[in-house]
Amino acid sequence: MEIFGVPLQAMLSQLLLGLVNGSFYAMLSLGLAVIFGLLNIINFSHGALYMMGAYGAYIGLTTFEMNYWVALIVSPLVVGAIGMLIERSMLQWLYKLDHLYGLLLTFGITLMLEGLFRSFYGVSGQPYPGPEALRGATNLGFMVLPNYRAWVVVASLIVCFATWYVIERTKLGAYLRAATENPKLVQAFGINVPLMVMLTFGFGTGLAAFAGVLAAPIIQVNPLMGSNLIIVVFAVVVIGGMGSILGSILTGLGLGLIEGMTKVFYPEASATVVFVIMVIVLLVRPAGLFGKEK
Amino acid sequence: MSKQGIGYTAGYIALILLGLIAPFFIYPVFLMKALCFALFACAFNLLIGYTGLLSFGHAAFLGGGGYMAGHAIKMWGFPTELGLLMGMFSGAVLGFVVGSLAIRRQGIYFAMITLALSQMLYFFCLQAPFTGGEDGLQAVPRGTLLGSISLADDLTLYYVVFGIFIAGFWMIHRTIHSPFGQVLKAIRENEARAISLGYDVDRFKLLAFVISTALAGLAGATKTVMLGFETLTDVHWHMSGEVVLMTLLGGMGTVLGPVVGAFTVKVLEDKLGDFGDLLAVTTGIEWFKTIGESVTTITGLIFVVCVLAFRRGIVGELAALLKKKSQ
Repeated sequence: MEIFGVPLQAMLSQLLLGLVNGSFYAMLSLGLAVIFGLLNIINFSHGALYMMGAYGAYIGLTTFEMNYWVALIVSPLVVGAIGMLIERSMLQWLYKLDHLYGLLLTFGITLMLEGLFRSFYGVSGQPYPGPEALRGATNLGFMVLPNYRAWVVVASLIVCFATWYVIERTKLGAYLRAATENPKLVQAFGINVPLMVMLTFGFGTGLAAFAGVLAAPIIQVNPLMGSNLIIVVFAVVVIGGMGSILGSILTGLGLGLIEGMTKVFYPEASATVVFVIMVIVLLVRPAGLFGKEK
Repeated sequence: MSKQGIGYTAGYIALILLGLIAPFFIYPVFLMKALCFALFACAFNLLIGYTGLLSFGHAAFLGGGGYMAGHAIKMWGFPTELGLLMGMFSGAVLGFVVGSLAIRRQGIYFAMITLALSQMLYFFCLQAPFTGGEDGLQAVPRGTLLGSISLADDLTLYYVVFGIFIAGFWMIHRTIHSPFGQVLKAIRENEARAISLGYDVDRFKLLAFVISTALAGLAGATKTVMLGFETLTDVHWHMSGEVVLMTLLGGMGTVLGPVVGAFTVKVLEDKLGDFGDLLAVTTGIEWFKTIGESVTTITGLIFVVCVLAFRRGIVGELAALLKKKSQ
């Protein structure tokens, strides 16, 4: 069977690849949005922390013989702790200043982390074997589904929607949303806002690291994997707007799919299609798809 | 002229004289490179320091101007001065397109949009045939100035580059101190109030953006002519970060800050290896020898320190110190 001259099989596998990329966009832009909501900081180092998550898995395997499933838990926890350290030692001094300083500081942190990992591991990619249980592929009849990629999509969807549930439907989430609106008032009610800010940043960075571990078996682990991704994620954030959690998830997944489609029909543009969509959205709906004009 | 005005004029004349004799003491190619970056940083500072716009994609205009000038001179046989103008013009056109899109959003989104659009240009330059992709645009001839003065000699070219820098610097200086510049500052301080006073803020922002990108294009074009090649480094986001660092380190919103910042960063990049070796010899710690290879890490560290403890930059801190003394 063919669609517009493209075999269905090829098309579906590209769409799946797109969905995998979209899962990473969704997880990273979700983290950015949650952090921005409470801290008013755009975390440029999000990509570097994603890279560290992947290296966490790699180091875990090579040094401590830690298997994939353990790494999937441990690496985000470690990176999340590093994130909290960054928040306590540096970011907390910037809350009263212009947003721009937060971007500049995290940009500096990105350069430091990238530089450090580059001097230890070089620029070439390190292969990371996926878990035994998810090797191989399942034949669905109309397409062959690589098990690991399917797992990435499912895992990221679960994490994304769990985050959405916690923030929108639980008491903890209500505190968080209240603190986003008016931190002073929430603090006056006896809630420890600085602690919440620290944990939120830790959660956001942990989410980035989780995405990094998921990505490790698919792409080669290398020090620059994060910064190439984060710029696309910024475009995703501009397209979706940071006002809505569900919006970030949907935009991320949708753009991944569109990118996958572009790879089928016009591969030359696949690197830039997200940026082109950003331009179109800026022209038609400057506040972003899910954004509210302030 | 007021006493302060005389002081400023004397200071500028002294700096120009310093620039005129500098190539006899310092390697002219290094000086030219630093001057190109100084012009680039001054152009960037017009936005961040005087309009309050953080463009995180200024490499696009440096590289865009550089590629267009190089292509025009090499393939179309443009004379050097026309090639430079071509670079400046490309910077302006690119700036108009990027600026029109980016000013639709404020603050942090502005930075993200400029970054994303410059990344788009990066991918374009990576794939387009005329840029030479990963190899870069090679063997751009320096040519002659006005058809008679050969620019092959480093010293001659230095004075041309110095002239271009002075012209660009003067243009920015005029812009900042004009009524137009005053409106830009008003926008930086309080955009809502500027709007309520009846200023068409978007048009002011866009014009400032285009002036800045045109000069960034000129800086890139000059750099290409001087080095004879243009590579993807100039359109990469690292370069956009570097110009932010130069301006931040020298002092955002100060006239001379970006110049000081650009020279400091360039000297640092050039001498970091020597400095590391020196430290290794004096302290006996072998590790310092590797500092030269970790420019990125050091750059990041300076960024962090500047943002946390040194937000006024070198020139800003000096100015604050002088002010304190005179009181």
